[in-house]
Amino acid sequence: MHIYTCPFCGPRPETEFHFGGEAGNDRPDGDVPAQAWADYLHYRQNPKGAAREIWIHLTCHEVFVMTRDTVTMAAQPGEPIPSDTTDRGDA
Amino acid sequence: MTRHYSALNLAREGLSGHKGWARAWTSPEPKKRYDVVIVGGGGHGLATAYYLAKTHGITNVAVIEKGWLGGGNTGRNTTVVRSNYFFPESVALYEMSLNLYEELSKELNYNVMLSQRGMLMLCHTPAEMEMSARLVNAMQLNGTDAELLDTEGVRKIMPIYNFSPDSRFPALGGALQPRGGTARHDAVAWGYARAASALGVDIIQQCEVTDFLIEGGACRGVKTTQGEIRADRVGLAVAGHSSQMAEKAGFRLPVTSYALQACVSEPVKPILDIAVHCAGSGSYASQSDKGEIVIGGGLDRVPSYGQRGTLPTLEHVIAGILEMFPAFRQLKLMRQWGGIVDVVPDSSPLIGPSPLPNLFLNCGWGTGGFKAIPAGGTLLAHLLATGQHHDISRPFDLDRFATGRLIDEAAGSGIAH
Ligand SMILES: Cc1cc2nc3c(=O)[nH]c(=O)nc-3n(C[C@H](O)[C@H](O)[C@H](O)COP(=O)(O)OP(=O)(O)OC[C@H]3O[C@@H](n4cnc5c(N)ncnc54)[C@H](O)[C@@H]3O)c2cc1C
Ligand SMILES: [Zn+2]
Repeated sequence: MHIYTCPFCGPRPETEFHFGGEAGNDRPDGDVPAQAWADYLHYRQNPKGAAREIWIHLTCHEVFVMTRDTVTMAAQPGEPIPSDTTDRGDA
Repeated sequence: MTRHYSALNLAREGLSGHKGWARAWTSPEPKKRYDVVIVGGGGHGLATAYYLAKTHGITNVAVIEKGWLGGGNTGRNTTVVRSNYFFPESVALYEMSLNLYEELSKELNYNVMLSQRGMLMLCHTPAEMEMSARLVNAMQLNGTDAELLDTEGVRKIMPIYNFSPDSRFPALGGALQPRGGTARHDAVAWGYARAASALGVDIIQQCEVTDFLIEGGACRGVKTTQGEIRADRVGLAVAGHSSQMAEKAGFRLPVTSYALQACVSEPVKPILDIAVHCAGSGSYASQSDKGEIVIGGGLDRVPSYGQRGTLPTLEHVIAGILEMFPAFRQLKLMRQWGGIVDVVPDSSPLIGPSPLPNLFLNCGWGTGGFKAIPAGGTLLAHLLATGQHHDISRPFDLDRFATGRLIDEAAGSGIAH
């Protein structure tokens, strides 16, 4: 069992977490070519080694960023998402 | 030296203590230049080399493998072969493969131990039964074999299943592909390697491709741990490491690498005469020729390049198997392992030219590319020889992610990969 650290709840077992995708994969704005949409929707960095990822702690429902090594599985403590990105478009 | 495998040669060699058998393939030093270099000595890379030589007469070919032949997913999979897919494009691809498998032992003069014992996808709810009826209809329309079974049909071919009324996974029925089954994974890799080597292909192991030679915006060969090797065309068949190699070539792929694990029990007497998949748990099993119960299931939940699985997934897979077959509770597990599989959003492979001219792709097989080795090799060989798509590979081009013509088999056949 791996232990991940939610920035709000602390260390918890891996089964409480859900992988939410690569961090920094921002949705393109405006009228963009089809390939830019394909990049956003489907293409991935898929890094070997250090990876910056979005995770969700299913028990507290918080979304956060975690740096994880995709070879050794070592996970750094999760970081809260900076507020300037969470504020975006909350209508 | 004796090369051909036959009963007569076996008897003859028996008389002289089996000292006269030639090595299955030669291991030469890499040359400075080839017509085609194939990166990756798994089943797809080796089959590509074989068909380049056999079908297209291109024999100045090298397969470059960083470890040993079949040491990737080809030697780590649970060996199920089948073509029970939904979309016509997929059936054309996997049916081509199954047809080639049916002749492969003869074609390669190497026993790949194809055993067409049938592949059964179980259903546990009325909704799953309806989806299975749809799948069976689609398969029949697309020209492959498929039958819809009810509970009694399942009981007849798999009496050991848990038919108790309080089973978590009651067998309402299932979709059977009688021509599905298993084949010996190592034999597929070794058979293609041996046959390709006999036609003049260089099989080079313990040699890692570290970069591409890019000149004038096109691929001109590879850099390896044994020096530079120039080539007119390069084929990439590195499964879970496709994104890593693509990055060196200057592009990205719609691929995420995950660990997929499997395990086998101690050998027991014949008890399970079919390859069976349980939709409820995602677990599946078959019995090997040695008697081991070979067990697999769904992907680990986390992107990974670590060639091992995580415990919660293994627990989930085994819980599913024990619910399906309570008698297996007594079995001891002998081995457990993982492979790094290349998962694509629509669960279909990527075959075609890459964004870098002269570099061609064969990847994205995810959890299900063993069954596709003969077809994947045929199609990549066609691309490398002609520079053009084969009709069967055209729909699997990378361009489908921009055009939106996805071939979503997770939705189509409900196969979770
Ligand atoms: C546990 C498990 C169970 C599976 N079960 C099934 C099944 O029942 N049925 C089915 O059809 N499929 C199954 N699969 C999937 C199947 O194994 C794969 O899709 C298939 O083997 C892929 O073949 P390949 O030749 O593309 O890749 P691989 O066999 O992985 O070969 C790629 C090779 O490339 C080499 N390589 C990587 N990078 C480099 C480099 N830089 N330089 C040189 N060489 C390099 C690797 O060492 C490797 O040998 C399973 C997979 C796993 C892991
Ligand atoms: Zn939390």
